[in-house]
Amino acid sequence: MGKKTDSELIIDGIRLDKRLPDQTREIKMKVGNIVSANGSAEVAFGNTTALASVHGPRPLFPKHLQESQTGILRVRYNMAPFSVTDRKSPGPDRRSVEISKVTRLALEPSLFLDDYPKVTVDGFVEIIQADGSTRVTGINALSLALASAGIPMTSLVSACSVGKINGTLIVDLNGMEDNNSESDVAVAMMPDKDIVTLLQMDGMLTKEELLHLLGLAKKTCGKIYEMQKNALLEKYRGEE
Amino acid sequence: MKARNVVIPGDMVEERKGRKLGNGVYEENDKVFSKFLGVPRATENDINVIPLSGTYLPRFGDRIIGVIETVEVSGWFVDINSPYSAFLPLSEAVEEFVDLQRAELTRYFDVGDIVFCRLSKVTKTKTVQASMRDFESRKLRNGVLIKVTPTKIPRIIGKEGSMIMMIKEKTGCEIVTGQNGLVWIRGENKEKAIESILTIEKESHTIGLTEKIEKMLGE
Repeated sequence: MGKKTDSELIIDGIRLDKRLPDQTREIKMKVGNIVSANGSAEVAFGNTTALASVHGPRPLFPKHLQESQTGILRVRYNMAPFSVTDRKSPGPDRRSVEISKVTRLALEPSLFLDDYPKVTVDGFVEIIQADGSTRVTGINALSLALASAGIPMTSLVSACSVGKINGTLIVDLNGMEDNNSESDVAVAMMPDKDIVTLLQMDGMLTKEELLHLLGLAKKTCGKIYEMQKNALLEKYRGEE
Repeated sequence: MKARNVVIPGDMVEERKGRKLGNGVYEENDKVFSKFLGVPRATENDINVIPLSGTYLPRFGDRIIGVIETVEVSGWFVDINSPYSAFLPLSEAVEEFVDLQRAELTRYFDVGDIVFCRLSKVTKTKTVQASMRDFESRKLRNGVLIKVTPTKIPRIIGKEGSMIMMIKEKTGCEIVTGQNGLVWIRGENKEKAIESILTIEKESHTIGLTEKIEKMLGE
């Protein structure tokens, strides 16, 4: 990872993949493709594809992990060895442990885990194809999977990445842009409640730039939220 | 086929207007929101959302079907199709006097036996106790158990039992439904009964289901 490039990433306001600065890649969402799980979803942002599944609420062992007053959420984020051009060595590493944790923290505020004392809800996020912004794609997928598993929630969590390249503020970074950006910010929020649940920043930004990017992120998350809603309801729509 | 209105978590169901908060909803600034992906149902007294998926949460008084998990010294642990298991004490299960020094509890229920019972106690931390001290509770012998989404059991039973009565009549099967999402079926025509119950589960959010099932069983 982390390949630098010499070519211009943004020419006359058009990005390498012919997008405008505030344009996302093509987004695809599908709910319920893993039958053995209680809930599942697949979300793709361009070439980045995340597959999420939720198992539970189910009994939690060893017993010392149990919380007597509330349930817990456990998240595993994992990148498949074939998800990137150079083989990623399989298994957990520093990066995936961190992303597992921030994914959990981004989703926990949306859940009513007190309804399920002593048990666990297990969420698994598998990145089967990686091309930048994998953590936000994973959060979008896991949020959908939790809703389809029937876990009580205040609202869906939508996430997107924003950043800065050559002084231009952009939305939804792909792999190439991610590696060469001056700064990138991952944002997860509940758009209809206006609550931000994840905010991570890499690189340097001025205060004005950050505030502008947050505005962009909010707008994008709103759009993603509508798509998530449609993906969930698709199965239950009548044929008229 | 026409479908019922479906809401997602965070959707506003209705203004509260002094009504009781039912299941599957939460309140913010006098507005009632859904906790689940489900079908909203608001009456003049309360507001509910019936989830379309999810696991069973034990509730006091529910009539459930359980499978004996382990045999203890003075009772049994029962798997109730939930993350929590229920304890069925000997005194709540057997009428006669049992001398614990001599008797072997597997005489009454052994691992794998199916019982129809009632939840007599559910604490806040979900310690669950079951009881068989009423005339409906019994051991279910032979037959098959199928799992459905627990929230769809009322739909399978129908208004005042209309749907389940129809299935029983047309197939001649014995059917027992547990509120925990297990259905026990015994009889010659059980394949047909299972098929119709699974259809109800799959299409519970649509309108005009009774007619469809009637047609299905009529063939």
